[in-house]
Amino acid sequence: MTIRNDMTLASVPVNAGLTAALKMDRAGVIGVIRNSAMKGRGGAGFPTGVKWNLAAAAQAPRKFVVCNADEGEPGTFKDRVILSEWPDLVFDGMTIAGYAIGAAEGILYLRGEYTYLRKGMEDCLAKRRGTSLLGERIRDKDGFSFDIHIHMGCGAYVCGEETALIESLEGHRGEARNRPPFPVNTGLNGAPTIVNNVETFAWAAAICVKGADWFKTIGTAKSTGPKILSVSGDVERPGVYEFPMGTTIQDVLKVAGGENAKTVVIGGASGHCVPAAEFSRAISYEDVATGGSVIVFGPGRDMLDAAENFLAFFADESCGQCTPCRIGNVRLLEGVRMLQRGECSTKYLHELCSLGETMQIASKCGLGQSSPNALLSIVKHFRHEILGRTPAEAKA
Amino acid sequence: MLNTQQDRLMAEIDELVTRHGSQRNALIPILQSLQTRHHTISDFAMQAVADRLGVHPVEVYGVVTFYAFLNEEYHGRFVIRLCRTISCDMAGKEAVARQLCNDLGIEFGQTTPDGRFTLEWANCIGMCDQGPAMLVNDQVFTRVTSEKVHDILASCEKAFSPHTPQTEEEHAL
Repeated sequence: MTIRNDMTLASVPVNAGLTAALKMDRAGVIGVIRNSAMKGRGGAGFPTGVKWNLAAAAQAPRKFVVCNADEGEPGTFKDRVILSEWPDLVFDGMTIAGYAIGAAEGILYLRGEYTYLRKGMEDCLAKRRGTSLLGERIRDKDGFSFDIHIHMGCGAYVCGEETALIESLEGHRGEARNRPPFPVNTGLNGAPTIVNNVETFAWAAAICVKGADWFKTIGTAKSTGPKILSVSGDVERPGVYEFPMGTTIQDVLKVAGGENAKTVVIGGASGHCVPAAEFSRAISYEDVATGGSVIVFGPGRDMLDAAENFLAFFADESCGQCTPCRIGNVRLLEGVRMLQRGECSTKYLHELCSLGETMQIASKCGLGQSSPNALLSIVKHFRHEILGRTPAEAKA
Repeated sequence: MLNTQQDRLMAEIDELVTRHGSQRNALIPILQSLQTRHHTISDFAMQAVADRLGVHPVEVYGVVTFYAFLNEEYHGRFVIRLCRTISCDMAGKEAVARQLCNDLGIEFGQTTPDGRFTLEWANCIGMCDQGPAMLVNDQVFTRVTSEKVHDILASCEKAFSPHTPQTEEEHAL
């Protein structure tokens, strides 16, 4: 069982969101999403209503709605569960977005690793076309036509970054663009484009059914609504959980069975390491932000091994376009391996941290800006464990 | 007249261009189809696709070498991708990796000499709650143990039996 607690999304009737949205005018739909104060569920936390409003205001003959199902952050798998359990809600949300911003085309960018989900989703789309939920004049609404197709990814983590994803959709290498211009103005094929996470679309459909006020009663003032978390690592009950935004790390650990954890990495390989002393911190945009990844490390875990794993991941997945990220991740990885062998001077460790800070500032996209996070937070909290290793402790 | 392999590949690319279009955004879907059918994207195929789409072959080469699921070098009929990222690592992917190498007689990044299996590492495949996990072509296997490796490989071998009709896309094991 992957789903571990009660999921609000399971109780949202299929197509009810779209039906409710079509009773409103376009501005009304955007108003509801804005009022809910929902922030993007992919992790960056941009307010969804603001994004939709910008795209709606853009004047263009063609606009696009893109669903980012390139779920690649280590430790995240909630989008896989949403897409297999409630694909209709995601398509509902995309169609609502299409209506709100005035787009006729939707694309779901599904990561290549999830090819096995495609069949079920294509069946779902075919059914929607047959029941006037997609296609020309949806539900007899004049002037509203919308269709969705699935585009398969090819195995590249960086394509989860929205501009890299758009490059990939256009048939190029997944190399991030400079921003601005933002996709809401100049996105796919130069047309206004909104790119939202799978979970964001599903919640948008839920908000249209249950109302913005319902959403706001859950969570904190700055982080409204529920959040679906993917919990893995040293816990008794790994899986996906729904919690209100603002839930503390210790509460999550209690429910998942990981109270004796030494540390938790929130936000995946690009996230932060939170030590046990800070487990009272809240999972929210204003405190510890995450796209959903919670990786739990038990008492016996070596955090240097975790840092090595993360940096090997980034060194492999960096697109190579900008120097700080391309070279920086390799240098950090070499540095971590020196630490593992017990060959790193304190001075060099400081240089490594300084390099990490440079990467955070100087990298072109979110990948390089966030790849040093885990190492820097591990050095900060577990310095006593990582310096002065003897060759006997060192691993090959 | 002799219908060469290259002629057949050209005809196939023409058919793919008809299906996906000759715009730049058709490039990746065309390459994905070629990869699935031929387990490689040859220099000849890259040149032919570039000609059909009216782009420089270097553009096509750049795309093929960028994505992990598009390959210049020949890949086996079954591509095994074992997840090496943190949660699968903590769940014990190392023992599975070792057994895969032992049973196949190859290292990661290699293809068996009979062209049946390629063994690769994958970065997080989104099965973190059920690790160690791996993909065999498009199919996912979770909670893999070193003892299960043999059975999984044997189920792939069945596809090579003379009694098994071979499909274009060997997704079903």
